[in-house]
Amino acid sequence: MSAQRVAIVGAAETTELGVIPTLSQLQLHADAALNALADCGLVPSDIDGVATAGESPTSIAYALGITPTWVDGTSVGGCSFMLHVRHAAAAIKLGLCKTVLITHGQSGRSRVGAGGFGFSPSSLQGQFEAPYGVAGPPTLFTIPCLRYMKDFGLTHEQLAMVAVVQREWAARNPRALYRDPITVADVLDSRVIAWPFHLLECCLVTDGGGALVLVSAERARDFPARPVYVLGSGESVETPLVSQMEDFTSSRAFRISGRMAFAEAGITPADVDHLMIYDAFAHLPIYGLEDLGFVPRGEAAKFIWERNTAPGGKLPLNTNGGGLSYTHTGMYGMFALQESVRQLRGTAPAQVPDVRISVAHGVGGMFAAAGTVVLTNV
Amino acid sequence: MRDTPPREPRRPRPVPTPETQAFWDGARAGELRLQRCRACAHVYFPPRPFCPRCASREVEVFRASGRATLYSYVIHQRESPGFSPPYAIAVVALEEGPRMMTSLVDVPQTPEALVLDMPLEVVFKPLDDQIALPVFRPSRVPV
Repeated sequence: MSAQRVAIVGAAETTELGVIPTLSQLQLHADAALNALADCGLVPSDIDGVATAGESPTSIAYALGITPTWVDGTSVGGCSFMLHVRHAAAAIKLGLCKTVLITHGQSGRSRVGAGGFGFSPSSLQGQFEAPYGVAGPPTLFTIPCLRYMKDFGLTHEQLAMVAVVQREWAARNPRALYRDPITVADVLDSRVIAWPFHLLECCLVTDGGGALVLVSAERARDFPARPVYVLGSGESVETPLVSQMEDFTSSRAFRISGRMAFAEAGITPADVDHLMIYDAFAHLPIYGLEDLGFVPRGEAAKFIWERNTAPGGKLPLNTNGGGLSYTHTGMYGMFALQESVRQLRGTAPAQVPDVRISVAHGVGGMFAAAGTVVLTNV
Repeated sequence: MRDTPPREPRRPRPVPTPETQAFWDGARAGELRLQRCRACAHVYFPPRPFCPRCASREVEVFRASGRATLYSYVIHQRESPGFSPPYAIAVVALEEGPRMMTSLVDVPQTPEALVLDMPLEVVFKPLDDQIALPVFRPSRVPV
């Protein structure tokens, strides 16, 4: 079995995280890549596979001086890096390449050397969503939530509690941008951004990046850090238009991606010790917990309210503080993967005891795409 | 440093493509147009020249009733080109089945006034002489 497995042997984020006006987007990729290579004792010429999103793999390979024989430029939003892990694992197993570097870098806050945001006015988004006053993710990602609130009785207080619990995790993490404790009242008293969402129910906007290095499991023991094995993965997409998602209370892409990853890993939700669910907004962990099968439909908010995902709870969730409190560059999925790796290595600032299986689940666009990775250290 | 002042951001204006032209021609004429598959009877939106359910190219354009219910929304609190806060960005469920994003008019943009599943009807808001946007107001006809 281990001969068929693939491991993450290098993992690192950018040296700084938060506000980094001194680095362009491309340089954030490079900074993270150099840190990940240092983490596993490799140099760019050791890499023969490059995967990235936001920049083209060509730009990354050229910037770092890599001559790849395999590239993956899959770019479906913030979960792209979960898909890169999945694709890299398959490519390594197939012998298409041996040592894959996956990079993320984004100048989301400072906008240095960053790409533009916006749709062509003749795209479907440009014709059928943009004309109605949409202003980025806070006005799009949030739209399905009111339907969920009516259908399942989710309360404003329960939605606010998602942010409160994640701030508790962030308080344990010196690299988290926001660490001061908050209450449900604080969240509900914060400025309304797009009702029913308040400021503290929306992710941060930061600069930063991260990178991973993957090799076959048989080589994994040659590297300094404890290997983190890819046990299973899944991916899917639904629609670029949030207004056209099949079910406003559940993501089809989440369900398919999660089911596929758990089946390949041969696990059930009960086997998971640590969980990361991409939280661009406070409703995301609620949808994720239900669509991945951790709780029945309509019960995730109660599960969080009862502190099951909080420090000391039975299912530690978003232990870096998440996009709501740790960092959110725009394509946050890489940071969810980094925290899963830290927890499995035993090096996380808010380390959970005895983590053997961690799941990192990402979303792309506004419920447009999903990627799920099941990782283990045994 | 800039040589010229930054251009004022303009309200996004849809640019039709060949497969959406009939929809926008309809909107300009005061009709909400959907498509129906002649093979499987599926009614769908946004427009495309084949059925997204069965892939048949035998599809037709028809005039929808314009009746809908309020499916979900947010109320944005910031200014956006062409919009003064607070304003709702809504998704409505059309009587024929498909959902579409839209604006809500002739109604206060408040959670109290905007009740999910309330009946709505289409009206058209001209942006210029080529483009009119389908927007929805509370139904004036008892359902």
